[in-house]
Amino acid sequence: MSKVLILAEHNGNQVNQSTAKVLTAAKQLNAESIDVALFAADISLASQVAALAGVNEVKFIRSSDNHDQLAASIAPTIADMGKDYTHVWGPSTTFGKDVMPRVAALLGVNQVSDIMEIIDTNTFKRPIYAGNAIITVKTDTPQIVATVRTASFAADKSSDGNATVSESTLSTVADHTSFVELSTGNSDRPDLQTASKVISGGRGVGSEENFHIVYDLADKIGAATGASRAAVDAGYVPNDMQVGQTGKIIAPDLYMCFGISGAIQHLTGIKDAGTIVAINKDGDAPIFEVADVGLVGDLFKIIPEMMEKL
Amino acid sequence: MKILVAIKRVVDYNVRVQVKPDGSGVATDGVKMSINPFDEIAIEEALRIKEQGKADEVVVVTIGNNDSQQQLRTAMAMGADRSILVETDSAIQPLQAAQVLLKVINEEQPGLVITGKQAIDDDNNQTPQMLATLWNRPQATFASEIEFVTDDKVNVTREVDAGLETIQVELPAVVSTDLRLNEPRFVKLPDIMKAKRKPLDVKAVADLVPDLSGKAIEVLQHESPQPRSKGVMVESVDELIDILKDKGLVG
Repeated sequence: MSKVLILAEHNGNQVNQSTAKVLTAAKQLNAESIDVALFAADISLASQVAALAGVNEVKFIRSSDNHDQLAASIAPTIADMGKDYTHVWGPSTTFGKDVMPRVAALLGVNQVSDIMEIIDTNTFKRPIYAGNAIITVKTDTPQIVATVRTASFAADKSSDGNATVSESTLSTVADHTSFVELSTGNSDRPDLQTASKVISGGRGVGSEENFHIVYDLADKIGAATGASRAAVDAGYVPNDMQVGQTGKIIAPDLYMCFGISGAIQHLTGIKDAGTIVAINKDGDAPIFEVADVGLVGDLFKIIPEMMEKL
Repeated sequence: MKILVAIKRVVDYNVRVQVKPDGSGVATDGVKMSINPFDEIAIEEALRIKEQGKADEVVVVTIGNNDSQQQLRTAMAMGADRSILVETDSAIQPLQAAQVLLKVINEEQPGLVITGKQAIDDDNNQTPQMLATLWNRPQATFASEIEFVTDDKVNVTREVDAGLETIQVELPAVVSTDLRLNEPRFVKLPDIMKAKRKPLDVKAVADLVPDLSGKAIEVLQHESPQPRSKGVMVESVDELIDILKDKGLVG
């Protein structure tokens, strides 16, 4: 029988939804038990994880501050704990992508990156070539270390769990790496990775100032805001808004994009969206090949008209 | 200080790859091959560090078949001083690639290793982290800026989901590059001629690391992704809003 250890992600105050998504995936293994490793300064975060149904034990590892979540510091502890498990899984977010290969290397196995579907306890599907091909992979190592593609699994919404919480202190802090600072966009809008609606803009928006009409529409319908790589590279918006192969992979109910042509690397980030709406002045833009609803026209006329009519 | 840059030959990023009808792989015959774009950024960054006087040699290494010499020549045309091909005809997975690179590190003793955060063929995003682990040195993944604090300490700004995170690592270290670290230079014709005379050392994987350890993940099948069903084009904002209201997506 499978025993699963999940690496929890959080920002110091809140457990990231990626944790509940990995849990959803892990439950499909019909495991004997699922435990969660949580590295944090504040034990109150453990109760958020313990409330998720299906979690047996929350292993709280006290770290002196949240920045002890550095990969080099926590990977040795995860790998050591992981020896008692058949599956050691983390989210395919920048946090999980940074840490999990270190865990895999310490356990002497290759990692299964970006699991999008579970066939059985050791067979999975994952995307390659920016999602242009899907491979089915099989591995029979004693521990299966993997990251789970969060857009492929809905977050576990249960809150009636009653996992036990065990406590220990981080003893593997790396002295060669230290945290300096984190600068965030600090937006009041919904979080891009978990929002049910996302409005995004591309190079066609034209400037940082022009992006305000995209933000206005997002605020009007309560959406998070995103952008293409071109818009980020041009300096119109910060990097944390980038959607696509190298940015965020998202699956909102509604994805509405303005002035985005639809490079394959961008489409990779949105193909699990419920409804894709594309507005672009070029009727031949590739974005219209994947859009559920397309409208050819000038975004500077269409957004004000939508603001008026919504 | 010496900088080692690890690169990979991959299908060019402009090619839309097709899965072979029998599901045995993707069609690569006659397809344009290039340096993995993230690795090209890694080469550029190493060259800039050398041009700032903080490094004195840039060595490029790849693991692959003999055709990978083309990508090493391109790297040397960009400005790398010499290169190493660790030759193998079979695909190699991240944990084994990390073992090969560690062996090269032991021979070359670089002060900094820079490589792309992922190769755009397998999209694994594992080798830099695994290499740092086996080497027992720090890693700074998804870098968008590298700044020398002292000769043996760098601040690396990383592109993370929450924004930009800066960490400080002691050298030697492994840095993996993200897209906005730099824009790689174009190669000029005279430099291509010059690169032909630069040293390119070829060794076999089996000779360099006869005792590769760890199992490979078995690939059972390739398939094309499920296409999205065909959408509709509307002519006006009114039509668009009607559809969104019908679906309950806007109030």
